[in-house]
Amino acid sequence: MSNTNSLNRRKKMMTWTGIVMLLAIFLLPMTGYISTGFATAAEEQVEATNPKSDYWRQVRDNTAGYSAVKGRETNELIQGSGQNWRQLRNGPIAQYGSWLLGLMLAVLAVFYLWRGEIKLSQPRTGKTVERWTLKERRMHWLTAGLFVILGVTGLSLLYGRLVLIPLFGHHGFSSYAEIAKWTHNILGPVFMVGLLSMIFNWFKLNFFNKVDLQWLKDFGGMIGDKHPPAEKLNAGEKMWFWSLVMMGLALCFTGLVLDFPNFDQQREVMQISHLIHVITAIGLIAFSFGHIYIATIGTEGALEGMVTGHVDTAWAQQHHDLWLKELNKKASSDK
Amino acid sequence: MAKMKFLCDEERCIECNACVTACKNEHEVPWGVNRRRVVTLDDGMPGEKSISVACMHCTDAPCQAVCPVDCFYTTEDGVVLHDKDICIGCGYCFYACPFGAPQYPQEGAFGARGKMDKCTFCAGGPEEDHSHEEIEKYGRNRLAEGKLPLCAEMCSTKSLLAGDGDVVSELFRNRVVRRQGRQEAWGWDTAYNVK
Repeated sequence: MSNTNSLNRRKKMMTWTGIVMLLAIFLLPMTGYISTGFATAAEEQVEATNPKSDYWRQVRDNTAGYSAVKGRETNELIQGSGQNWRQLRNGPIAQYGSWLLGLMLAVLAVFYLWRGEIKLSQPRTGKTVERWTLKERRMHWLTAGLFVILGVTGLSLLYGRLVLIPLFGHHGFSSYAEIAKWTHNILGPVFMVGLLSMIFNWFKLNFFNKVDLQWLKDFGGMIGDKHPPAEKLNAGEKMWFWSLVMMGLALCFTGLVLDFPNFDQQREVMQISHLIHVITAIGLIAFSFGHIYIATIGTEGALEGMVTGHVDTAWAQQHHDLWLKELNKKASSDK
Repeated sequence: MAKMKFLCDEERCIECNACVTACKNEHEVPWGVNRRRVVTLDDGMPGEKSISVACMHCTDAPCQAVCPVDCFYTTEDGVVLHDKDICIGCGYCFYACPFGAPQYPQEGAFGARGKMDKCTFCAGGPEEDHSHEEIEKYGRNRLAEGKLPLCAEMCSTKSLLAGDGDVVSELFRNRVVRRQGRQEAWGWDTAYNVK
């Protein structure tokens, strides 16, 4: 009884397995039709849009086609980003850039009239300490000199048409602008070398700490008579350093993109690079006004450090007391 | 006054590049500079279309707006020309131009740009008409001879039309009506619609 039962069950299983296998043999190869069926349905959907409007969309979207004339992006019809670039450069960047530079100069002028030069609070001791080595000063002045040249030539390209053409005429300004362009393009990479060497050499001196926080709270002694303690570099100098690191490197990198168009970089890349280049440049120029002001007419005795390399201990005590203390400690331990 | 315009009928352009060749020969432009080019979209596919493109002599020309030395000027005929004595080869017009018209002969190493060159609508430059300097710098001045740009004159299918905007669009409109299509003049919205 149990024998026939199990035999029946086996028969049943075998029949069903056979049916399933047969079905699979016939149906599985047909799945190909299902997938192609979906694909054609999708294709039909794409073709459902007007082919002519698709075409014009391609024209406007700058789709790459084929052109027998070889060159950078010659196979594209209309690039729309140029118009954005034009409006940003001629509009907000030129406008707000000039406001920023003007405002900075105005603020410094007002501050000078109100506060005047920050004099040494103690008479000079006649003793000096070394602040910047010859190597550091060379590095600084190379970069600073190039910064000024690049700034003037660069601003000439942005504002020259508005400001200098009425003064010199078209041909006069053009001959200057031609020299300015070459100067800018050739000296740009040299500036980059100067900037990088400054970044590497002064990196260690520029980490922020608690002393800087206090210095910032007291506005670096610019307001009031109290002078907050500072190390070799105060928080203001550190901020200037980090601005140079971030904006300066962006400036240099975008400058290289613009300076060497021989790598067939696309117009959009150059437009974006140009915008970053102008924004960072104007930001740094505005900051540099502050730096130059404080280091020259703003503070008595500050420029000596970068010119002669040595500063009076009275100046060091007033502006960088922690640094002087450290120097004294080192000097006494050396004895 | 006439407002000179280019119009390329994409239904007719057969990508023969005769306009490119005619332009290059007529103006003897330097090596590597092509004032006109033909672009084919969907090349080798159903619906392939070609368009001949050069400076479109825009009404509110972006090149003119961004030029730091202000070397561009629009003639009475609405042709956008530039003064190569003023141009410094900075490349800004190339960034701004929607049609990729400005070209630069390479001058020196690292792709340093020489003075910009572009289509003049066969109208020369600021120098005296037909003078040696004008031909040297800008090529022939056919407009001063009462002729239209050679690229359009040479076009075997009359796909490329050049001339007064009203005349050109009238021609094109008749064509479009006859073939029962829609009037879509290539690039006109970008070049001649002042926003």
